[in-house]
Amino acid sequence: MTGKENILTKIRDSRREKYPMSSFDELSPVQYDDRLKQFMETVRFVGGDAVLLEPGQDINQLIRSIYPDASLIASSLPYVTASLDPDTVSEASDLNGVDVGVVEGKVAVAENGCIWIPQTMKERAVLFISECLVIIIDRKDIVSNMHQAYERIENPGYGCFLSGPSKTADIAQALVMGAQAARDVTVIIR
Amino acid sequence: MATKHSKAAKQFLRNVQRAEWHDNTLWGVRVKRDRMSRTLPEWEQLREMASAIKKHTLSHLDTYLEQFSSNAQRNGVMVHWAADAEEFNGIVLEILKSHNIRKLVKSKSMLTEECEMNPYLEAHGINVVETDLGERIIQLMDQKPSHIVMPAIHLTQEEVGELFEKELGSEKGNSDPTYLTYCARKSLRNEFLTADAGLTGANFGIADTGEIVICTNEGNADMSTSVPKLHIAAIGIEKIIPDYKSLAVFHRLLARSATGQPTTTFTSHFRQPRPGGEMHIILVDNGRSSMLADNVHWETLKCIRCGACMNTCPVYRRSGGYSYTYFIPGPIGVNLGMARDAKQFSDNVSACSLCCSCENVCPAKVNLSEQIYAWRQSLKDIGRASSVKEAMSLGMKTVFDRPALYNTALKCSPLINAAVSGMGLLSVQLWGKGRDLPEFAKESFQTMWKKGKVK
Repeated sequence: MTGKENILTKIRDSRREKYPMSSFDELSPVQYDDRLKQFMETVRFVGGDAVLLEPGQDINQLIRSIYPDASLIASSLPYVTASLDPDTVSEASDLNGVDVGVVEGKVAVAENGCIWIPQTMKERAVLFISECLVIIIDRKDIVSNMHQAYERIENPGYGCFLSGPSKTADIAQALVMGAQAARDVTVIIR
Repeated sequence: MATKHSKAAKQFLRNVQRAEWHDNTLWGVRVKRDRMSRTLPEWEQLREMASAIKKHTLSHLDTYLEQFSSNAQRNGVMVHWAADAEEFNGIVLEILKSHNIRKLVKSKSMLTEECEMNPYLEAHGINVVETDLGERIIQLMDQKPSHIVMPAIHLTQEEVGELFEKELGSEKGNSDPTYLTYCARKSLRNEFLTADAGLTGANFGIADTGEIVICTNEGNADMSTSVPKLHIAAIGIEKIIPDYKSLAVFHRLLARSATGQPTTTFTSHFRQPRPGGEMHIILVDNGRSSMLADNVHWETLKCIRCGACMNTCPVYRRSGGYSYTYFIPGPIGVNLGMARDAKQFSDNVSACSLCCSCENVCPAKVNLSEQIYAWRQSLKDIGRASSVKEAMSLGMKTVFDRPALYNTALKCSPLINAAVSGMGLLSVQLWGKGRDLPEFAKESFQTMWKKGKVK
């Protein structure tokens, strides 16, 4: 027998009494009347920032105003002015040193500030290796809770629910932003 | 009668300041967990559902494992099965060797601790670099984690400062956590960029999609797998859940229970190898299928490794992770150790006051203290019961089974008060260690009742 068959046989031999799948019908998860407001508050609670893109406002100018000192911006979004494209770099490590990475999120979750970012770029390292990260979302894509989020997402091979900057409290339980990945995250809501 | 745990706990408590800090800090995490759970009116319902989903999946584990592995293979991932730690370590080494890997960056995985993978790989010439900050600290110190979520919780910032001074060349005497974190960030960034492969654990395996899900706050699992081309993921077979619908329940529970956060910063879903890359998933049994066959203890497998049971445990908080003889401490560690090798790890079952707080915070409703109690009942059968306690239990049984003897003993009991204070008798008795004997009343309830003193 192969390793796989051995393990499966042992499991079958345990003859565990069969339990039915949990029902989801009785669950009425938390809903927010003002999802936008709740989402923005939660993003700030987890250490990020959320800003609204006003009608007619230029997104590149907005990014520039938030990160005036950024010299290297990386993005594969056609409408973002960037000097490096995660689609065309030859190695992921070429993205090291990026000041601001700009990506799009597909679903945003009010209860915990999570934003679903599927890998649409060749090198997803841009999500983690950039010093600061800008995530652009549409306000219509904000849902209240994770149950709704998981019904909506599509995973093309890799996808991440990202909520705020990278953080750690591993040294004496003191919270520090910017453990390994982005130190600073701004969500632009359009 | 003293167990290894109680002896080690005594050592831990000698440093009063540190012990108090440990107790208070972990209790603080428990309080954060409570606060976060109360933001969701459906919290208790979610716990109930998590338990039901796990019970369902575990009782159909063969089906879900097959579904998981065939979907993962369809996604272009190479799936391996390891019966035990030895086989697991062998598979990892083989994959690394076939790619000529010299350096491996690794994110936190209790499974690789369980299999003692790092020393095995290092013995075969692989440079293994832990990338979770806490894990990196203890790796540089050549220690083991003392908590499954906060591995370096037993260390002070001054100790980390001294370590980094020596290992990473940080400023002398600077023990500011932000400064030290950035020193580690810089050093680890270099490791990510120069490693040939990344190894991760997994919090969940999704049968329906064949993907694995990893939760981190630092983003180190993602750094480890988005720069090197080769990704190896190690996952215990009990980590499989049916689908996204189930995942939503666990996602909402995990970080809230673990650290009192609404979510971890990164919840990463790995379904396919990245463009131009290669991905392997190793499904590890290592005793799990035997646990599944154990009618009393199989529900231990529902655990999602959040660590909430440790943070709330009055014994863990006041004795520290190193006082336990199994590598996972706290209530879940007591149970997992006994399931691993009851004879070897029986010292830990005494590290429980049966207060049941762990059961009340466990997001998957594992009946932790009930199981510890059950393990204690089995100590005699495995020859690990304390002979003193056995003799005392027998004595008590003799007295309690015989009304006449009991009554005589009761009448004499006030004499014990005098005996204790007069001769310091109790202090020489093992039973009296750490216990205060209540003062016996002059008259028993029975006598008082008969004399009409009880209204």
